[in-house]
Amino acid sequence: MNLSRFFDIPSDLQHSYAGLIGLHLREALIPVLAGLLLALPLAQLCVRFKWVYPPLFGITTVLYAIPSLAFFVVLIDYTGLSETTVMIPLAVYSLVVLVPAIVDGVRSVPQETLAAATALGLGPVRRYLQVQLPIAVPAIIAGLRVATVSSVSLVSVGMLIGNQGALGNLLNDAQIYHRPELAVNSVVTTALLAVVLDAVLVGVRMLLTPWMPKESTAR
Amino acid sequence: MIRIDQVTKRYADGTVAVDRLSLDIPDRAITVLVGPSGCGKTTTLRMINRMVEPSEGTILLDGADIRDQPVNTLRRSMGYVIQNAGLFQHRTILDNIATVPRLLGWSKPKARERAAELMGRVGLDTALAKRYPYQLSGGQQQRVGVARALAADPPVLLMDEPFSAVDPIVRKGLQDELLRIQDELGKTIVFVTHDIDEAIKLGTMVAVLRTGGHLAQYAPPAELLTAPADAFVEDFLGADRGIRRLSFFPSAGLELRTEPVVAMDAPAARLTAPADVPYLLVVDTDGRPLGWGAPDDLTAGAIDPARLLNHGRPFTPGRDSLRTALDGAVLSPTGWAVAVDDEGRATGVVSQQVIGEAIRTAHAAGREDVTAAR
Repeated sequence: MNLSRFFDIPSDLQHSYAGLIGLHLREALIPVLAGLLLALPLAQLCVRFKWVYPPLFGITTVLYAIPSLAFFVVLIDYTGLSETTVMIPLAVYSLVVLVPAIVDGVRSVPQETLAAATALGLGPVRRYLQVQLPIAVPAIIAGLRVATVSSVSLVSVGMLIGNQGALGNLLNDAQIYHRPELAVNSVVTTALLAVVLDAVLVGVRMLLTPWMPKESTAR
Repeated sequence: MIRIDQVTKRYADGTVAVDRLSLDIPDRAITVLVGPSGCGKTTTLRMINRMVEPSEGTILLDGADIRDQPVNTLRRSMGYVIQNAGLFQHRTILDNIATVPRLLGWSKPKARERAAELMGRVGLDTALAKRYPYQLSGGQQQRVGVARALAADPPVLLMDEPFSAVDPIVRKGLQDELLRIQDELGKTIVFVTHDIDEAIKLGTMVAVLRTGGHLAQYAPPAELLTAPADAFVEDFLGADRGIRRLSFFPSAGLELRTEPVVAMDAPAARLTAPADVPYLLVVDTDGRPLGWGAPDDLTAGAIDPARLLNHGRPFTPGRDSLRTALDGAVLSPTGWAVAVDDEGRATGVVSQQVIGEAIRTAHAAGREDVTAAR
């Protein structure tokens, strides 16, 4: 292993080290964001119509069980060897984590709080936006942390479809060029990204929820 | 006035929560709905602000059907206080209280100014304004709940078992506070509780409901205690309703005896008891009662307070009821109750016999009142 070439990225990847990190972040975070935007209305549907939740939960769990490779094989016909092909499965996985998190969060709002909101004259939209959603923030962020970390690690699989794995592509190059330091770089950088993003989310949670009892903020 | 007219609530599964209930709820008074669980009291309350829609019948507010105005307009015109307060845990105390003014379109500074004013009114330190609900005790949270309900100055206040989740001492404080606020504001309050003592303490009118949503009796508390409509109401009122009823009779008319009251530095000539009073009540130099002593035991000019008998809890004529006076007499080992003025100075003593006569007179008069009221 030649550590002096740790950051010497082979030219076939067409990116600098920082460029790979940027690419990795994009491929990991856009799916989480898309998953969140889809999960919010789906979760609200589950809260409003209780019977929706069990079948929806069943479907998303089955989707979660499908390996990403199988997803890629199906998607290549439609979206080709592109970033999109990598991001669609990741968005689905995020959705699977986020829907139950948001449903649980919204359901954790105490009955008397909801009754009081109704009685004070907040309509359904205000109740959702001003009471249920803010109180669900800790649960939503807990879900986002799981989704984000798993998304960051899963992007690497994109290496298998035309080098769309960002930092994961370093693993392939490590083999081709017999440069194990590139594999170490890939693993360490991916892990660091996950840790940093997780810390950022914890920070966001603390900023958004000054109303939480201090003893339970340490999760 | 809120008129509940032949209202029935039947659920899809056939359960009847409220059965052809008719009630006229008077303005600027506290009307209490009381009954065991399953009697439909909360359902009735929630039909007034349309959180529950009646299956049959109508509810009129000042003569107009409550369904005539948009539901959220109706609700914003009625304050609502719920068990456990139901505060918005993600908002500060001030913003919790400012909820309805904000919904009504007040500016943020104006709504917050109003909220701060209400904190004072319900006995909350304004230093708590920026705190969050989890940082407050249960009793303080409930005060915030009351302030939030009062924020937009609604004419009607609906209260759903607001004080049942706090401990008895805090509850008594909250009840007294509510009566004080009601004296100042004169709201039309509908109050739901399962606690008959709370109903009797707070209610101007009390509606006793029985399981299945039937009205058992609707009367002022004194009448309820004097003439329960049936065995269910009598049973629900519980034991010692005769004693509790005394709370409604004033102690002002009691004839007080002043000659058994002596100062602790009284001369020997004063230390003789009247023929019908076995003991003397010794008071300190400010006139506050110290205790009872037998005339033979007292040393003129140097009475030892430690040797006196306990004088029981004194009552204040005009403010306290015959119940308090009788309680004082029963607690005192001599059987005499001590009357004091607002500063706690003894104004005289009265015997159990005299209190007993006053009770008999009040009962006779009370019975006539009740009959006349029917």
